[in-house]
Amino acid sequence: MSDAGVLETLLRRIEAADGGVDSLETASVLGVDHQVLVGAVKSLLALEDLIAAELRSSKHWELSGEGTEIAEQGSHEARVFCSVPPEGLPQTELMKLSFGKIGFSKAMSNKWVKVDKTHEGGPRIFRSVENIEDQVRDKLLLVQKGNASQLEEKEKNELKKRKLLSEVTVKSYWITKGSCFSTTITKPETELTPEMIANGSWKEKKFKPYNFEALGVAPDCGHLHPLMKVRTQFRQIFLEMGFTEMPTNNFIESSFWNFDSLFQPQQHPARDAHDTFFISDPALAHGFPLEYLERVKKIHSEGGYGSQGYKYDWKIEEAQKNILRTHTTAVSARMLYKLAQQEKFTPAKYFSIDRVFRNETLDATHLAEFHQIEGVVADRGLTLGDLMGTLHQFFTKLGITKLRFKPAYNPYTEPSMEVFSYHEGLKKWVEVGNSGVFRPEMLLPMGLPEDVTVIAWGLSLERPTMIKYGINNIRELVGHKVDLQMVYDGPICRLES
Amino acid sequence: MPTVGVKRDLLFKALGKTYTDVEFDELCFEYGLELDEITSEKEIISREQGDSKASGASDVILYKIDVPANRYDLLCLEGLVRGLQVFKNKLEAPRYRRVSPLSGEPQRLVITEETAAVRPHAVAAVLRNITFTQERYDSFIELQEKLHQNICRKRSLVAIGTHDLDTVSGPFTYTAKPPAEISFKPLNQTQEYTATQLMGLYKTDSHLRHYLHIIEDKPLYPVIYDSNGIVLSMPPIINGDHSKITLKTKNVFVECTATDLTKAKIVLDMMVTMFSEYCSQPFTVEEAEVLYPDGKTCTYPELAYRKEKLSSDFVNRKVGINESTETIARLLTKMCLRSEVTGVGDEIEVEIPPTRSDVIHACDIMEDAAMAYGFNNIPYTTPRTYTVANQFPLNKLTELLRQDLAAAGFTEALNFALCSAEDISDKLGKKISETRAVHIANPKTAEFQVARTTLLPGLLKTLAANRKMPLPLKLFEISDVVLKDDTKDVGARNSRRFCAVYYNKSPGFEVIHGLLDRTMQLLEVKSERGDGYHIQAAEDSTFFPGRCAEIFVGGKSVGRLGVLHPDVITRFELAMPCSAVEMDIEPFLGRPAETTLTHDVPLHEVIERHFPSQVPNSRPTSTKTLFGDVSSAAGLKALDDFLADKSYMEGFEATRADTTMFDAIPSAPSSTFPHLLRWYNHVKSFLRERANLPSAKSQFVLEEDDDDIDLFGSDDEDDCAEAEKLKEQRLAEYAAKKSKKPALIAKSSILLDVKPWDDETDMAKMEECVRSVKMEGLLWGQSKMVPVGYGIKKLQIGCVVEDEKVGTDLLEEAITAFEEYVQSVDVAAFNKV
Repeated sequence: MSDAGVLETLLRRIEAADGGVDSLETASVLGVDHQVLVGAVKSLLALEDLIAAELRSSKHWELSGEGTEIAEQGSHEARVFCSVPPEGLPQTELMKLSFGKIGFSKAMSNKWVKVDKTHEGGPRIFRSVENIEDQVRDKLLLVQKGNASQLEEKEKNELKKRKLLSEVTVKSYWITKGSCFSTTITKPETELTPEMIANGSWKEKKFKPYNFEALGVAPDCGHLHPLMKVRTQFRQIFLEMGFTEMPTNNFIESSFWNFDSLFQPQQHPARDAHDTFFISDPALAHGFPLEYLERVKKIHSEGGYGSQGYKYDWKIEEAQKNILRTHTTAVSARMLYKLAQQEKFTPAKYFSIDRVFRNETLDATHLAEFHQIEGVVADRGLTLGDLMGTLHQFFTKLGITKLRFKPAYNPYTEPSMEVFSYHEGLKKWVEVGNSGVFRPEMLLPMGLPEDVTVIAWGLSLERPTMIKYGINNIRELVGHKVDLQMVYDGPICRLES
Repeated sequence: MPTVGVKRDLLFKALGKTYTDVEFDELCFEYGLELDEITSEKEIISREQGDSKASGASDVILYKIDVPANRYDLLCLEGLVRGLQVFKNKLEAPRYRRVSPLSGEPQRLVITEETAAVRPHAVAAVLRNITFTQERYDSFIELQEKLHQNICRKRSLVAIGTHDLDTVSGPFTYTAKPPAEISFKPLNQTQEYTATQLMGLYKTDSHLRHYLHIIEDKPLYPVIYDSNGIVLSMPPIINGDHSKITLKTKNVFVECTATDLTKAKIVLDMMVTMFSEYCSQPFTVEEAEVLYPDGKTCTYPELAYRKEKLSSDFVNRKVGINESTETIARLLTKMCLRSEVTGVGDEIEVEIPPTRSDVIHACDIMEDAAMAYGFNNIPYTTPRTYTVANQFPLNKLTELLRQDLAAAGFTEALNFALCSAEDISDKLGKKISETRAVHIANPKTAEFQVARTTLLPGLLKTLAANRKMPLPLKLFEISDVVLKDDTKDVGARNSRRFCAVYYNKSPGFEVIHGLLDRTMQLLEVKSERGDGYHIQAAEDSTFFPGRCAEIFVGGKSVGRLGVLHPDVITRFELAMPCSAVEMDIEPFLGRPAETTLTHDVPLHEVIERHFPSQVPNSRPTSTKTLFGDVSSAAGLKALDDFLADKSYMEGFEATRADTTMFDAIPSAPSSTFPHLLRWYNHVKSFLRERANLPSAKSQFVLEEDDDDIDLFGSDDEDDCAEAEKLKEQRLAEYAAKKSKKPALIAKSSILLDVKPWDDETDMAKMEECVRSVKMEGLLWGQSKMVPVGYGIKKLQIGCVVEDEKVGTDLLEEAITAFEEYVQSVDVAAFNKV
């Protein structure tokens, strides 16, 4: 029967049937494979509301090949019994029969036969009972006739173990008329075509429904890196707040600008090889502003500007050492020095987001390089309250409104405050950044007026990014081990939400 | 930040109050401490060495408290309790006093001059009639350890020795001897060792081996003897066993040897102020005399109280609060800074105790007032600072470009600025010496040997780590590389690069080339020779032979693109063909209105101070130029005319021809010469970087008297290699220039029409042939193809010639020599320059 024939026949049977038809039954009536009928049902289902089909499944027991053989010819042990004539049979003869080996051991355990090992001409088998009852065959015959339910579960499982029976699941459809049932099939269009638009035939056509459950085709596109997306947002926030971007494109820095100009003493642990990458080539920096350098030397070794200083032997050799900058504050120092060289002081707001380097031990949250976000405000008469107010505005733009400040220590800021925010998820206060007021020992040698206060704060870019994008290992975010799938799938960055 | 471990119950007993963990955490937060961990000895051992080792260990609760790195007075239970009790107004800060011994004869420590070369300073004091308990003793030892690790910088700056005074007898001698001559029984050992043996013994000691390097290579080791020759200690390594302190010790001799006297004094003050609490007369310390080799005598401990005066207005103004003078004095007193209102205006006199070595400026006092006030009680205010935001032009360009490159279908990668030397050299088929790479002196692993000089290895490693991803992989990165650069104060500079890779079953050169075209489109650079961009075959060991091209913009190379060499692909553990482009993006920046690079500031200043000869306008120059004397109006007028349609003296960018001419002009021209003024102001912006400008092709300024010009003046820094090199280079250039010594050179600008045989002639090849004509005094200019009909185009090409050297007939002859391509050559235009 052709496919179209099956469709039509099926539709006619559905029309004729009361309530519905079963696919399995229909298949056997039509004499086609069930699979063919299922195909017909599926294609009819694709037509809107033509038919309805309900999937049904039933289980039944079937004989295996061996089972069928037994149902026909009797169990192996019964056949062994029958093969043994009253005068007995040599064991070697019996073993030649196809069922001999299995049947013999079963028949022995049933005590239907016995072996006379002493018989002349080799061991000989004799019947040990008159009649037997072949229960295995009887049970299988029951199953074959569709009366498997008469057997106990235990019996069925026993036969299943002997691989004579198997349980088969049959899936079939219960097919009923749909709301738009008809016995004639009109094939709907899949897509609108330019021709249909041109000749207006779309008005008469029926269109195949779309499957809105499926996903669309992914667009062919490029992606921005998550960390850079977050950087863009932070940049935006600073620009919204009127901050000017500092030129931080100088990874190599002298110890002078990175530490000394910030009033960080030369024996400070941060200046150890354990924490800082020193440069072997080019090893030393030159061209320091000499008068300023003298003032820095003096404030470290002797004090001045109302300060006791650190009172140690300040060495230019230490200041000359080139390093990979450990913070962008080195650039802030250069900018503030430049600001101080202006004829007349003008207030300034600076920011930067760029790489810094620490010779640290690496782990899931620490890398040897990371991005530092830094904000600096220089104006006359700024207060600690101003710093806190500015931080409040900044963090509000990140969606963080609950702030708390903890006194801290930093060689170049006084006061120094760690910024904590209340994390709703963790239900505790977590550190989100560092802040402070630059020390006069840093600002006055630069030549800034005495009443100018400079407030500053900093945080890492990686931490908020990891929180934002739910990344636990920093190496999956930064560097070549990045998971590109994560980059592909990343959402846009809205920090406040 | 140092961490101090204290027993919780002991702490609460000393504080006279039991806190919950949360309450104590709050108190810490307010005081600038951090309750880092709540644990027990048992827990620590079981965590570090396993449960089996922990059985039997104490499970007394320990608080691990983080203390600010400059607060040495909080490094032990005694100091912490004292600080917090004063803060909570439960205790008045004690006054530490130095007293003379009852006998009248202070202990003496004599320093011999041998110590000068190894560890020149020593200070000492005595804690008289002290009562130790096990806890006090433990804390006493622990404080020494904490001080050693922090302010003493792992004993390199200061080392502390404490001794049972009753086991030794003064005066003590601090001297230095060859290690073989020092012999004693060190602490907790059963036999005597020489110092040499000790250094060997402690090589494997997990604790002491870290200090050996401090004196190891010194010919003399520091050592302290008593009057009977008993060794008290061999600083900074170990004390003698003889004078060791026990729970029964009543009198303690404390000595600190140091390379930094200021720190030694602080350390001694800390030791004695913290533990004088347990002396029979609390908070008194018995003095000791130190005799220097020069005969000077000093008495220690200093226990100096310093007085500072400040106004309450200062505190209010800096913090942003408005409190009375009395309140502020009270707040400061809470922080162990005893303060009194002097009654003169709003003046407060603050006494800084010896325990507060961290207070070195009025701002430190202000901070303590703010802390006592409570940071979180300060009202938030908004600064009224009015500023206009500016983006750093290079970052602005980067931001804009990134967006559009992602829109072009490429995914952004972000790689490390540090990498192995191999990544940028061997793996790319280059020599490390060619790379101009900055080398790191102390990398912990090979991944941090150099700063990258190219973005390509990072992208290739990203590809390798993402091989499981579906092909093609298209990646890009815009980021900085670092190159050595002598003109910068640190000898290196960043360079912003754009790099992209295409990784697929076929090399996809056309994809990368297309991306380059798109990038140029975004940057508004046209595809043409001359002002626009073009690519040209190049040799590069990173790329497959014949599959690499150099990118030229405005005639200058900015980068390369091509198909990677198979060796490069396999060295980066890749398997597919890959093409890549990498180029500089700084040339596309345009010139920002103001140069904001900070490193120029100090460099400029130093140039003015140290190399006065190089400062613009500082050397007398001739005002005689090709345009006449530019000190006269006529000369300026001629120059103004010349510059009417030109940005620079030569070509499309500033060269030294501009700066030389600039120098020749005595003062800024008046606005009657608008073109000259525009040029003058523009060239002025280049003066700081004049040394980097390309050299001049022709000489516009004529020298008055060659012999008298000393290009470099007297230079104090002659030993400086860099300066020397620069000088030689300059002299060579100068000599070259001088040898030409042209008088007034007549030049002409010629426009030639070169016609091909037919429409099948390879015009590009023809142009190449034309441009290959090289003569002295001939400079090829821009060209274009002009249609003449029937699909035939002619090449129109400009050139500038020196009239004396190049004639048009000579030129025509040379070009028609390429008869394979060239049908005829005509002069379309001829102008005298």
